[in-house]
Formats: sequence, C-alpha cells, structure tokens
Amino acid sequence: MTQAIRNQRKPDVLSSGPVPEDVSIRFDKVYKAFGTKKVLNGLSLDVKRGEALILMGPSGTGKSVTLRHAIGLLTQDSGDVWVEGHDMARITAPELFNLRKRMGYLFQEGALINWMSVADNVALPLVENSDLSPSEVEQRVREKLDLVHLEGVWSEMPSEISGGMKKRVGLARALITEPELILYDEPNAGLDPEISQSINHLIREVSDTLGITSMVITHMVSCVRTVADRVVLLDEGKVIVDAAPDDFLNHDHPRLRRFLGQDPD
Amino acid sequence: MQIFPGFTNFARSLGAQGVLFFQVLARLHHIPKRRAFVSAQLYGAGNKVLHVVLLVSFVMGMVLSLQTGLVLADYGQQDQVGIVVAVTMAREMGPFITAIILSATVGSALAAEIGTMAVSDELSALEVLSVDKISFIVMPRVVALILMAPVLTIFADTMGIVGGGFVARSQLGVSAPLYYDSALESLRQLGGLVAVPKDVYGGLMKSMVFGGVVAIISCAEGLRTRGGALGVGDATRTAVRDSIIAIIIVNYFITWFLYQN
Ligand SMILES: Nc1ncnc2c1ncn2[C@@H]1O[C@H](COP(=O)(O)OP(=O)(O)OP(=O)(O)O)[C@@H](O)[C@H]1O
Ligand SMILES: [Mg+2]
Repeated sequence: MTQAIRNQRKPDVLSSGPVPEDVSIRFDKVYKAFGTKKVLNGLSLDVKRGEALILMGPSGTGKSVTLRHAIGLLTQDSGDVWVEGHDMARITAPELFNLRKRMGYLFQEGALINWMSVADNVALPLVENSDLSPSEVEQRVREKLDLVHLEGVWSEMPSEISGGMKKRVGLARALITEPELILYDEPNAGLDPEISQSINHLIREVSDTLGITSMVITHMVSCVRTVADRVVLLDEGKVIVDAAPDDFLNHDHPRLRRFLGQDPD
Repeated sequence: MQIFPGFTNFARSLGAQGVLFFQVLARLHHIPKRRAFVSAQLYGAGNKVLHVVLLVSFVMGMVLSLQTGLVLADYGQQDQVGIVVAVTMAREMGPFITAIILSATVGSALAAEIGTMAVSDELSALEVLSVDKISFIVMPRVVALILMAPVLTIFADTMGIVGGGFVARSQLGVSAPLYYDSALESLRQLGGLVAVPKDVYGGLMKSMVFGGVVAIISCAEGLRTRGGALGVGDATRTAVRDSIIAIIIVNYFITWFLYQN
C-alpha cells in the first residue's frame, strides 16, 4: 500500500528533490485511520512559505488530525508529510526538537498546563528553552498577553478563566517564541465577534511578517476574509476545493455551497 | 483464555515502567533546576497524607500490641510486648502501611493528574513546546515520593509504638516505662551507613523503594492514558492495583535481601 502510493509521486517532484524550496509543508496522498475509522483519505496539500492557508470543513472531517501530522503529534499510515524539508515519518528526535522550536501550535482546547498560572503557561517555552533573564521573559509575556487582550490576566489559574480566554492564552503561548511556522486550530472559536475580529487581524499581522507560514483551521467566514491567502475545503479526509479567498466564497462546488449554508439555487 | 490478555497487558505495563525508571534516572541531574517542583510535590502530597499515616499506624500498633500481647500473656511473657511491637513496626508495618497509604492517596492522584493531562492535550502541548515531560512532570514526583516515604515511615513507626504502649498499659497491665524501655532496647542494635537502629534503617530503605515503585507505576499509568474521563478512571484503578501488588512482591525480595543471614 505504502509503496504503491509512493510510486505514484509526480516525476517533476522527484527530479527537483523531495520538496521544492518554496513549499513549507507538503501533504502527499496522506492516509490515516484510527482503528477501523478512516480519517484522512489521500490528502494532498502544499503550503507555500510565507502563505496563510485556511482549512475549512465539516466537524469531524480530520482538520485537527491534519494539523497534528504537521507537527509530528501523529504519524500517517501511508503517504508523505514534509515539513521544512523534513520527512516527518523519518525525522529523528533531535531534528524534531529543533523543528518544533521554529513552530507554534494553538490547540483547539487551549491545552494550558492546568497547575500553572496563565503567566507561567505563556512563559513556559522561554523558561524551558531559552537563556532569557526572568525580567526579559516577563516583558515578553506581558507583550503577548496584551496582544491577545488579556492585559489584567496574570496569576489566574486556567480553571479560573473562560474558554475563550484559555484559547487566547494558548495563542499567546504559541506566539511567544516568535515561530516561523504557526498552526492555529480554531483560533477564534468561542470568542465574541469583537475579539474574534481582532484575533483575525493579529493572525494576519503575524503572517505578514516576512517568511512566516500559517495554517489556520476556522469555521468563520470573517476569518477567511481577513486572514486567508488561500482556502481549502476538506471533506471526508480529502481536499475538495482549493482557491483564493474571493473565489472560494463564490465557488459553485455544491458541497461547498452546502457547507457555507447557501443552496446553489 | 481470559487470562492471556491480562498477562500481555501486564508485561506491556511492566516494560513501560522499566523504561520510565531509567528515563527518570537519566534526568536526576535536573533536580536542582526542578527543586521548586520537587518541594511543591513534597509539601502538597505530604501534607495530605500525614494525618492518615498517623491515624492508621497508631491503630495498627494497638492491634499489634493486643494480638501479640495476648499470646505472650499465655506464657507470662507480656512484658516483652514492647519488643515485638517496635521491631514489627520498624521492619514491616511502618514502611508497608505508609506505602499502601501513599499508593491509595498520592499514587492515585498522580495517575489521575497525569492522565487528565494526557487526555486534555496538555502532554501534547509539552511535546510541541519541546519541553521534556519526564523531567518536567515525572522526575519531580518520583523524587518527592522517594523522599517523602521514609519521613512518613518514621512517623508511622513512632505512632505505632505509642499506640501499642496504650494497649500494653490498659489491656495487658504492662507499665509504660517497662514497655518503652523494652521497645527502645530492641532497636538499640545499630547498623547501616548511618547510626540508626538496624531495623529502622532496613525499614527506611524499604520505604524509599516503595515510594519509588508507587511513583513510577502511577506516573507510567498516567502517561499511557487514552480516551477521556473513562481512561483516567482506568489509569487510576490500574495504578493503585499494580502499586499494591508490586509493593507486596518487592517487600519480600527486600526483606530477603536485608535479613537473609
Ligand atoms: N487520537 C484519536 N483516536 C481516535 N480517533 C481520533 C483521534 N483523533 C481524532 N480522531 C477521530 O478522527 C476524526 C477527525 O477528528 P478531527 O479532530 O480531526 O476533526 P475536526 O475536523 O478537527 O473536527 P472539529 O471541527 O469538530 O474540530 C474524528 O471522528 C475523531 O473521532
Ligand atoms: Mg478540530
């Protein structure tokens, strides 16, 4: 199975090395099942360096699973996942360690360490893996918490703040190392419209920084409008629409029209 | 037929625990960096179990004193009851009671806590942030339990002897000075690397091993947790069950090792 899929790889890709220079993340006919439940069914997708790509799709279709492959939390059953020139199925532990230092990941539920305060959570990557002094760390934590509109929140525990706040703390933690490659799993789910829009602008600003690549899962059209360079629709573990944001929103693919809640006629 | 899945599962967890043990060993030099975590664990967990250890060992000492006292009284030897209580508490009951209490309270909490982290993506978050979860979560807890167990055991030994003394006086008519003199006399023989009574020393060695066993098993079960709240429940149950089994088996081997000649 694996071999058959590998052999089908396009010849131009083979001749130009594993992945072209300008591709940051490549999914190549990726299959993934949990037990008998097939989730990814031959997903192929390139994310160009510097691009902000939005992933949309019905609930349970494998968007989070896709994102987890890109950071090595899951490994595909067959097909290839390439991230920054690394074959994720064969990456060594030190390579993965270094690659992840260049990446940021916002978990769908925030995934804050429940026995550490908000500030300690945001500071964690710097405290563990950098030589910054405590005052520099504090400075940076304050900066990032301000960015996500959590100025006054500092010593609260994760259990004491709302779901939307957890999400934003998670975002601050993902941004604090100033990563080059950021994966956002529903950054604006559960936020009020005002904060949601300002988070969209924040993501757009971050991705406008030179060379930063973003993958964003969202259910919100407002996020597509503000953030996206390109949008793909995932359904049943495959890409079914891949377009620029304007084309995407006006695309006449029946599955997409149904997904966006507008019947074709 | 039913027994085989149980055994393969058992072998698999034993493997996971063995690996975890060596991973923790390899990170002991992180203790200075993690000392805040270690002391938080020590203080937090120690505080929660101390009163349980005091109560249970006190009553256990009473039972011990009464049971052996009645047998000794048949031979007119009830004056010796202090010796029996002191030696039994120091060698066996103190470390054992402490370990069982630790596994039921601290160990189960460890498994649940780490299991919850596993199912709520917190462990994945640590992985993504390139934070070593063994050094960050497991090692401080293992070290804290290894340090805590002998301290609690000393409390247990003391309370057990005191509890036995109450019964000796009220039920067996052995005077307090006689009881305590004989109890202390029996622990006079010194041994080991430091100048503590040999029986106490052996017991403390045991309790450190028990503390490590409880911590490793509970953390390993927590790390393996999958599948939401049900999985956390499973991990907790397995952690306590396996810890108690392991304590009983390991106890035999340490006893054999310490007292073989
Ligand atoms: N670790 C896992 N073990 C078993 N099944 C899993 C696991 N992770 C995901 N799944 C299954 O894979 C499917 C896709 O999950 P995924 O979380 O990627 O959905 P999603 O597209 O992100 O949906 P949503 O929009 O609701 O977040 C789901 O049916 C889920 O049950
Ligand atoms: Mg999801």
